[in-house]
Amino acid sequence: MITGTPKPIEEVLEMLEPYDNIIVAGCHGCVTVCRVGGEKEVQVLASTIRLAREAAGNKINIKEVSLERQCDPEYVESMRPYVGDYQAVLSIACGAGIQFLAEKFTTTPLLPGINTGFLGVTERQGEWAERCQGCGDCVLHLTGGICPVTRCAKSLFHGPCGGSVRGICEVDKEIKCGWQLIIDRLKALGQMENYGKLKPYKGWSSARDGGPRRIIREDMIS
Amino acid sequence: MLPCTGRIDEALLLAAFENGADGVMVIGCLEGDCHYISGNIRARARVERVYKILEQIKIGPDRIRMYNLSAGEGERFASYANAFVDQVRNLGPSPINLVRSTNAQSAVQTAVQGEAT
Ligand code: SF4
Ligand code: SF4
Repeated sequence: MITGTPKPIEEVLEMLEPYDNIIVAGCHGCVTVCRVGGEKEVQVLASTIRLAREAAGNKINIKEVSLERQCDPEYVESMRPYVGDYQAVLSIACGAGIQFLAEKFTTTPLLPGINTGFLGVTERQGEWAERCQGCGDCVLHLTGGICPVTRCAKSLFHGPCGGSVRGICEVDKEIKCGWQLIIDRLKALGQMENYGKLKPYKGWSSARDGGPRRIIREDMIS
Repeated sequence: MLPCTGRIDEALLLAAFENGADGVMVIGCLEGDCHYISGNIRARARVERVYKILEQIKIGPDRIRMYNLSAGEGERFASYANAFVDQVRNLGPSPINLVRSTNAQSAVQTAVQGEAT
């Protein structure tokens, strides 16, 4: 899922200063699962904003909505009939969802209510960790299911750097060395031969280095 | 009245302040004694979150507090309630209510002036 963290309320209130009639829009997708942008968070954020604004003598009217997904046009379109009645939309979906709203509703300012994080997993309730950087050319079959792009702080492809000490990455003592994890796992799986199969170089053109990416599935375009 | 404090979420607590409460007292069963296993533990975490929110938006965090009691502790309930009411009285009306009463007063004044002219 895509993870995120709420923006500090002071920052949100500052963004909202010019407005007194807004929409707070959540998303039932990833941000609901990581408890940062779902229906409940919309209610809490809207209530917090109303209380802060009224206490400051500057009341604000808020429409609370939650879309199934802010990254799919059919759900985004459901806002069209009323979006023009409001001065701005504060979205607590991920950055993709927020941008999609901005793109569809060209005359309405879109404001981010969360800081989008990364593609990750829930390690335990309240703790998420990054697992994939969407490099566009997955090698997990060769690396024991552990991603070298993400789990190695330097995204190295041919083993650990000199900063790996007793399984810990030199970047932070809380971070395990991704390459130590890969080697340990390959050994446990009896797949050390995969280590030698890693490509002579990694092509990064399918990753972010090639600019903003697009996937076109001809078989799905009608 | 709710069957379990586990039903209380942050939005409900904030709604009480929006509806004009100067303070909110949440009373749950004793910890370890929840009929629904962990309802009161969840409630405690939610009350703590609202405490932080109220602090951040300067409504005053001490306007919310959670207590744990068994159904047989009527006397203790009364003393907790009295102590909390005293605490909220000392804090005075919530900033929301202050703004609302100022607005109501000026509305009355405007109306009186309107009648006089
Ligand atoms: S808008 Fe973002 S958070 Fe919502 S479903 Fe799409 S990707 Fe996930
Ligand atoms: S190799 Fe690429 S696609 Fe596979 S998990 Fe890592 S970043 Fe994601």
